[in-house]
Amino acid sequence: MKRVFVKEEWCLGCHLCEYNCAYANSGLSSMVKALQGKPIFPRIHVNGNDSVTFAVSCRHCTDPLCVKSCISGALHRENGVVCIDKNKCVGCLTCMLVCPYGALVQDETGTVTKCELCTKNSCGTPACVAGCPNNAIVFEERCEE
Amino acid sequence: MSRYVIVGNGTAAIGCVEGIRFVDPLGKITVLSKENHPAYCRPLISYFLEDKTDPKKMLYRAETFYEDNGCEVLYNVSATALDPETKTLTLDSGDTLSYDKICVATGSSPFVPPMENLENVKNRFSFLTLDDAKALKKAVKPSSRVLIIGAGLIGLKCAEGLRAITKNITVCDLADHVLSSILDAKDAAFVQKHLEANDLKFTLHNSVAKFKGNTAIMQNGDEIPFDILVTAVGVRANWGLVKDAGGACGRAITVNEKMETSLEDVYAAGDCTESTDISDSLIKVMALMPNAYMQGYTAGINMAGGEKVFDNAIPMNSIGFFGLHMMTAGSRKGQMKTDIQKDSIKRFYKEDGKLIGFVLIGDVQNAGVYTNILRNQIPIKSLSEFNIKKSPSMATYDEEFRRKTLESVVK
Ligand SMILES: Cc1cc2nc3c(=O)[nH]c(=O)nc-3n(C[C@H](O)[C@H](O)[C@H](O)COP(=O)(O)OP(=O)(O)OC[C@H]3O[C@@H](n4cnc5c(N)ncnc54)[C@H](O)[C@@H]3O)c2cc1C
Repeated sequence: MKRVFVKEEWCLGCHLCEYNCAYANSGLSSMVKALQGKPIFPRIHVNGNDSVTFAVSCRHCTDPLCVKSCISGALHRENGVVCIDKNKCVGCLTCMLVCPYGALVQDETGTVTKCELCTKNSCGTPACVAGCPNNAIVFEERCEE
Repeated sequence: MSRYVIVGNGTAAIGCVEGIRFVDPLGKITVLSKENHPAYCRPLISYFLEDKTDPKKMLYRAETFYEDNGCEVLYNVSATALDPETKTLTLDSGDTLSYDKICVATGSSPFVPPMENLENVKNRFSFLTLDDAKALKKAVKPSSRVLIIGAGLIGLKCAEGLRAITKNITVCDLADHVLSSILDAKDAAFVQKHLEANDLKFTLHNSVAKFKGNTAIMQNGDEIPFDILVTAVGVRANWGLVKDAGGACGRAITVNEKMETSLEDVYAAGDCTESTDISDSLIKVMALMPNAYMQGYTAGINMAGGEKVFDNAIPMNSIGFFGLHMMTAGSRKGQMKTDIQKDSIKRFYKEDGKLIGFVLIGDVQNAGVYTNILRNQIPIKSLSEFNIKKSPSMATYDEEFRRKTLESVVK
């Protein structure tokens, strides 16, 4: 299965991935309407420190702790992609307590949102990858160890 | 073909089914369900009170789960006795079932301390099952005065749910602060203020001496009239099957890392078991849904001949009340470091250079980074940074772990 991987030395820390993600998942056709003047809840985040930056999104673990820990049955896997049924999520945030990578966030509805590799929006393939100006984020198959 | 029996139909039972099926696609699985419902998300019963979910959405797995996994489920059936010699289980119907491997995943039952005249209180409820919640929801009206005994996680979740129906809710507890199992008094006071701002009333360090009709006479002499009484004092492990068969028990069923009990071919998982909390090496009942799943899954794999251990259990809670979130994990011992802001409290507990516990109230972003450090006993020194003022993130870890996580497929 293809996943998103990050090459930290190529990351410029520009945060474009965050904007592209929020836009892709907004369901709106206008980027301005989707992003301007409101808080956004991207599913990828640029983390880092003084010397390095990198984008972090769901790793789509092969044995995901978040799915095993979900108390509402909202988190599940679809063909390897860890997905969330927002309809079932009650915002208890247990997944945020167990994800070692900080890949889940609470959005404006109080429920949790996460990367679903753009399988649930009109992009079909990760918008963060397509829009990364320095190819620091890639979408490819790598073998499981 | 192996014959598996699972007693109980909660989270641990579902974990067990998934564990068995991971290894053995064919063996016969029979699930015994005392409750007349497919497995549902027990913690959601309070959300059901406030219409944030409904019984259909509360299902833990897809409607076709049992069929998809080739399980037979017997609803409204209780197991009454286990005989490890003959490998048979007796049911309340009088029937017996034989098994090759059995998993006891019977959860817990409400524990109600004796209170004078309690049995004569008419509108009295527990808060542990969907049926409890349905009955409670039906009984409570906007004008109802509710008294909840127990200011722990379950009592307060119940209070939050009922607040959507009525404003008249009083919670009492023998402890001198709310959530005494997960918070110390100072932090509890912060949370209590928030609960009071949402109209809940408290009487703490106080308990019911006796009931006079629909009035609770408290230890301190106060009289609290009510229409609805909820008892949420505590729970006790349903250990009878294993204990009566001579299996080892402490405060709950004793299991090892493979979820084996002391009886041959008898496994146990979930709230009915006790195991070692790795943050302080003490044996505890860690009655939490993630643990229940993990234990059930581990039991299932081992029952089916696979190999799996679950050896890093810690108590952990993520819970919110009226929009205020808190997360706690591990133990509150050792050396404490605190950061208090207007809307948040963070506390870390360290011992021997390792994180052994934390409490986060109000600011819980990326808390899983801390949980991971705690669970895997990663020395704090080896981290790139550990700054109480900052939210944790992938930048907290050392470079090697970070690169491995971001550049390869992780488990
Ligand atoms: C209101 C509430 C809120 C909660 N909130 C949280 C939370 O936020 N986070 C969290 O992690 N946990 C929470 N919990 C705890 C969580 O629900 C439990 O840890 C979890 O359900 C345990 O699963 P289990 O499978 O071990 O037991 P259960 O879910 O209790 O399932 C056991 C089942 O076995 C059945 N049974 C018992 N004896 C027999 C028998 N002899 N024969 C047949 N069947 C039998 C019982 O009827 C029951 O249906 C909450 C619990 C409650 C009540």
